[in-house]
Amino acid sequence: MAEDGLNSFMTGPDEQGRFGMFGGRFVSETLMPLILDLEERYNFAKTDPSFWAEMEDLWKHYVGRPSPLYFAPRLTEHLGGAKVYMKRDELNHTGAHKINNVLGQIILARRMGKTRIIAETGAGQHGVATATVCAKFGLKCVVYMGAHDVERQAPNVFRMRLLGAEVIPVTSGRGTLKDAMNDALRDWVTNVRDTFYCIGTVAGPHPYPAMVRDFQSIIGKEVRWQLAEQEGEGRLPDTVVAAIGGGSNAMGLFFPFLDDASVNIIGVEAGGKGVDDRMQHCASLTGGRPGVLHGNRTYLLQDNDGQILEGFSISAGLDYPGIGPEHSWLHDIGRAQYVSITDKEALEAFQLCCRLEGIIPALEPSHALAHVMKIAPTLPKDHIIVMNMCGRGDKDIFTVAKHLGVQVAV
Amino acid sequence: MTRIDAKFASLKASGKKAFVTYIMAGDPDEATTLAVMQGLPGAGVDIIELGLPFTDPMADGPTIQLAGQRALEGGMTLDKTLALVRAFRTADQTTPIVLMGYYNPIYSRGVDLFLTQAKEAGIDGLIVVDLPPEEDDELCIPAQKAGLNFIRLATPTTDDKRLPKVLQNTSGFVYYVSITGITGAAAARPEDVAPEVARIKRSTDLPIIVGFGINTPDSAQSIAAIADGCVVGSAIVKEIGAGKPVAEVLAFVKSLADGAHRG
Ligand SMILES: Cc1ncc(COP(=O)(O)O)c(C=O)c1O
Repeated sequence: MAEDGLNSFMTGPDEQGRFGMFGGRFVSETLMPLILDLEERYNFAKTDPSFWAEMEDLWKHYVGRPSPLYFAPRLTEHLGGAKVYMKRDELNHTGAHKINNVLGQIILARRMGKTRIIAETGAGQHGVATATVCAKFGLKCVVYMGAHDVERQAPNVFRMRLLGAEVIPVTSGRGTLKDAMNDALRDWVTNVRDTFYCIGTVAGPHPYPAMVRDFQSIIGKEVRWQLAEQEGEGRLPDTVVAAIGGGSNAMGLFFPFLDDASVNIIGVEAGGKGVDDRMQHCASLTGGRPGVLHGNRTYLLQDNDGQILEGFSISAGLDYPGIGPEHSWLHDIGRAQYVSITDKEALEAFQLCCRLEGIIPALEPSHALAHVMKIAPTLPKDHIIVMNMCGRGDKDIFTVAKHLGVQVAV
Repeated sequence: MTRIDAKFASLKASGKKAFVTYIMAGDPDEATTLAVMQGLPGAGVDIIELGLPFTDPMADGPTIQLAGQRALEGGMTLDKTLALVRAFRTADQTTPIVLMGYYNPIYSRGVDLFLTQAKEAGIDGLIVVDLPPEEDDELCIPAQKAGLNFIRLATPTTDDKRLPKVLQNTSGFVYYVSITGITGAAAARPEDVAPEVARIKRSTDLPIIVGFGINTPDSAQSIAAIADGCVVGSAIVKEIGAGKPVAEVLAFVKSLADGAHRG
């Protein structure tokens, strides 16, 4: 497949920013010239060696890349089947994969002469990463965060403020991540000259889904050579697994393997209390249908009248009613498989990982891990699974304690 | 010729500027919206923009956001919005109605079915904020084929290079957004708007109507004077949101209309 450009899964999006029918540029006229400008500047940067040299330098000396690819021996033994590897992106500076993308966008923003950066955040990880890189470069940073999340994620709010960012609690709509994104877009149409919108996942209008994917693809590229180093030249994973909020850590892991037909690709959505008609979940692919929101066409949680529904998950980082358009395409053409994991299953995986591997995972990758726990026992011992440990769990200990009925003094 | 084209022809013949108002369908309930709509032509309104509520109105400020939320909480739907238009049309066959909103509720219905239903209900034109010319195949082209006007927004960021693309498949009128920003925010300044209207006029014969940031009879007058008309939205929606009786809302609308018609 890989040699034949015509049959490659890696050529998207097309000139309209489409992956099949998904993606596109569904924005108001005011923003259209801005995203066309961004596309042009990104296309230039993408092939500019000095851009990537700057990225690689910062990835190495500021973020701490490459992140390790870690064979998890006790988890593997416990599950009694496939060999489980973890891609340790939780060891990055700021504790998640989010900074991979933020660095790329901020370097681009600087090259475009923008002086003010805005971002949306749910759990606060993307907000913290953006505030961090803005502090490093002396840029003004404004982060929109749902009022409900500001309460749930108080430590990250304080971190962002320490880093010099202005955090604006969003009360419009229902005060959640999607409303934070709406308010960030409203800020952008108002401040069109000096402001760069740094989107935190593979969503939004073209070129964001492709650009964020490209920046996150460092994850999968490293896995390729790291696994070969540990398992022998040419050895590819048999299965790759990642959790999906908007889908950026997942695209980052999946993308470099799309044309390797032997690699099973599995995305794990947040099943909340269960994917059924109570709609207490955020599984856009398994429980939604195609629609248009935040600049792109993709699978969305919505009612019969096309009104957007709120997601529900124990994990604030997965709490988004949409999903990146490239995932919607990969789902429809069958190149990737999408499953869901409930809050309860994720909590069990969280605890198991702490005890067996001495790693406190974020609740987001705990969803990926929970699916690994389901499939590993059914697979042969020479089957290799790589899961994306895309964030560390320090931010989640209060949530977990509450669910376990434990009081933690703050 | 749609009702919109006919309206502009008659305004032109009488040398008058167009006064356009925006209200949200179903805010706070259908009966109120219908009563306001029925009173608008008598208050001097030439064209009615009817907002289709959406959960995520990315181009709107707090006033219209809250109006949409009230409408949705009251159970407003696309079908009920179309029913309002049908009810209005039983007594008024001439006042143009433009449905204004976001794409997802239309896409969710299915474009072809929506267009048939909208036309049948008596809608004359569409303004869909999140469909730029780059996405014309989605709804713009099918709408024109179905005999509905597709009214495009031109904005301060629409430069000369882009303008032909924005004008290409536009019909009815051009809606010039007076500011970079959301509805109900900054005030429109005639001295900024005038050269922009002149610039767009050089490229089209369509009427140019200016909206965003117009909220008093004076600003309606001064903006209408430099264009073919103006739109007031948030200022009226605010009155409705404050629970003012329909007669008071209409008296306020009349003061704005008189301003615009002096322009
Ligand atoms: C650790 C972690 N993983 C995953 C996500 C979800 O985002 P995405 O699906 O874009 O990777 C978040 C978002 O906040 C996160 O913090």
